[in-house]
Amino acid sequence: MNILNLFKVSINAVANNKMRSFLSMLGIIIGVAAVIIMMSIGQGSKESIRKELSTMGTNLLTIRPGADMRGGVRQDPSAMQTLKMADYQRIIDEKKFVSYVSPEVTSSGQVIFGNNNTNCTMYGESTEYLDIKQWELEEGANFTEEDIRKAAKVCVVGTTIVKELFGEGKENEAIGKNIRFKSIPLRIVGVLESKGYNSWGMDQDNVIIAPYTCVMKRIAAQTYFSSIVCSALTEELTDAAIEELTQILRSNHKLKAEAVDDFTIRSQAEMMETMSSTMDTVTIILVVAAAFSLLVAGIGIMNIMLVSVTERTKEIGLRMAVGATGLVISLQFLIESVLISLTGGLLGVMLGGLVSNFVVPLMGMPSSIPAWSIYVSFAVCTFIGIIFGYIPARKAANMDPIEAIRHE
Amino acid sequence: MNEQQQDKRKVVIELDNVKRYFQVGSETVKALRGVSFKIYEGEFVTIQGTSGSGKSTLLNQLGCLDTPTSGEYYLDGTPVRKMSKNQRAKLRNRKIGFVFQNYNLLAKTTAVENVELPLMYNNKYSAKQRREAAIKALQEVGLGDRLDHKSNQMSGGQMQRVAIARALVNNPAVLLADEATGNLDTRTSFEMLVLFQKLHQEGHTIIFVTHNPEIASFASRNINLRDGKIREDTINPNIKSAAEALAALPKPQDD
Ligand SMILES: Nc1ncnc2c1ncn2[C@@H]1O[C@H](COP(=O)(O)OP(=O)(O)OP(=O)(O)O)[C@@H](O)[C@H]1O
Ligand SMILES: [Mg+2]
Repeated sequence: MNILNLFKVSINAVANNKMRSFLSMLGIIIGVAAVIIMMSIGQGSKESIRKELSTMGTNLLTIRPGADMRGGVRQDPSAMQTLKMADYQRIIDEKKFVSYVSPEVTSSGQVIFGNNNTNCTMYGESTEYLDIKQWELEEGANFTEEDIRKAAKVCVVGTTIVKELFGEGKENEAIGKNIRFKSIPLRIVGVLESKGYNSWGMDQDNVIIAPYTCVMKRIAAQTYFSSIVCSALTEELTDAAIEELTQILRSNHKLKAEAVDDFTIRSQAEMMETMSSTMDTVTIILVVAAAFSLLVAGIGIMNIMLVSVTERTKEIGLRMAVGATGLVISLQFLIESVLISLTGGLLGVMLGGLVSNFVVPLMGMPSSIPAWSIYVSFAVCTFIGIIFGYIPARKAANMDPIEAIRHE
Repeated sequence: MNEQQQDKRKVVIELDNVKRYFQVGSETVKALRGVSFKIYEGEFVTIQGTSGSGKSTLLNQLGCLDTPTSGEYYLDGTPVRKMSKNQRAKLRNRKIGFVFQNYNLLAKTTAVENVELPLMYNNKYSAKQRREAAIKALQEVGLGDRLDHKSNQMSGGQMQRVAIARALVNNPAVLLADEATGNLDTRTSFEMLVLFQKLHQEGHTIIFVTHNPEIASFASRNINLRDGKIREDTINPNIKSAAEALAALPKPQDD
């Protein structure tokens, strides 16, 4: 029997038993759809994080206190207090490849206006912070160098703060009002343009930015910085800027040649890499979980095929009696199981595609199906069909035609 | 017919002291205890015998579904005993036509497709040739107007005709039937015998296993088995006409 005829026979067998074929496909459909959806969410998140990080400025540099923690070693709390005013001062004095610098002190808490309150994060920054982040003001103006010097009780707020405390669209009313953060009154001088949620699901508009001197002295009561953010002159000069900052800080901290840095400088590019690889790990875990359901689906197909072989014993006996060899019989059933799993795979890809394109965005998640995941799905389905079709096919091929044809 | 006349005809089947033993646990069941005969081209042979006498076992040997424990079987001159499974499958495909008691048609499949089945396992046939051969075989058994009827839309007699057409489609050296009329009523059985006699007259070699002694009178030769041995092997000098017997049957009542 030639292959074309075998396909016809197998297609007929699948078509003659539509309900059962569909049910045995169901596992594959769900499994493949799950894999596709997981991959598309993984890929989509990665792409959107990349996009977001690059709009945040690829020349952004963040200096954090303490040695590089990527090894996961816990650090002495005192090691987290290494970034001081003197460091900031020296960077400003000596910078060549760095354009903007802002020391950062943060504090979370409740902000109150009248009867309204909301929780948010307070960022103590220099005036250059908005330049580094490339953020624009919608209303009012940024605080000034004068405010920094005087540790003035002024602030710039995000639109969420305005909405929570003053009401939707009351940006211009908010200017000049005094809000209270941890019982310190702060006068609003500017409102930031809305930036919405980032891909971590964080509201980027739920922020208050105040002069770092004010936050250090009046709110957080600390003499060290949580971090220092800078921007390199250009993206190409990022490495030079990192080198420069490292030299300044090492000499300022009087570190010996063999001592490790007591601070860590991360570029945005590095952040992107880290995020990507984290997303990859998460995606792999999810996909592996989904792939296990494919294994279960394969066992389901094997089960159904075994039942089908038993049920069709008489047919197998007849085919053998009229001249089918064991090989041809086993091919017939192998093709049938591949057909079931491949059709299931096709439907699964379609279902996964529909869900990723229409349902996932509704849930507010990014999605983008990588093309290769579709090819891999089909390859895996063929593989499953062969692996799990093998035992039933062999069972059919090894039947004795005399017994098979008398089977009732 | 004398010996000399017989020898001039072509031998289709030759059994030489064929034995078939089955090992069931520690016991040996001797289903065939040394059977020898020749069947010539164009003979219509019935094989009879009590239940358990070895008729089906013998037919399985003749149909190359099984191999002898000892002795040799020549089908159309080819020794079968040493053949591999695949070689026997090919031999069945090219030289044997089976008709079973339960018709054994493929479910939900049309008459033509059922008849095409043996040719599906023969790469020499194109789809078109296959269909043509199947239609021709169906016309031969009188089902030219039922080509696309599905197996479940047909009567027992029609299904058995499809099965006979399927057995004929590969133009086999021998047609083997095991209780081919066993499931049919008297009238339909006679219709089937008319068909077999027609095929016989056209030159087909037929071996027909049956419980019904009456059928022997419509065949050209009768072999009787007992305990795995040939008890009697006789030529039937005056073959009765099944068509006449059918006509003599009381007419079915139409009400
Ligand atoms: N596969 C087998 N294993 C063991 N014994 C078998 C096997 N096939 C047949 N036999 C035995 O061989 C003997 C002959 O069986 P066979 O089926 O040929 O009889 P039969 O003449 O066809 O009977 P019936 O008229 O009832 O169909 C019986 O005793 C049976 O039990
Ligand atoms: Mg029998």
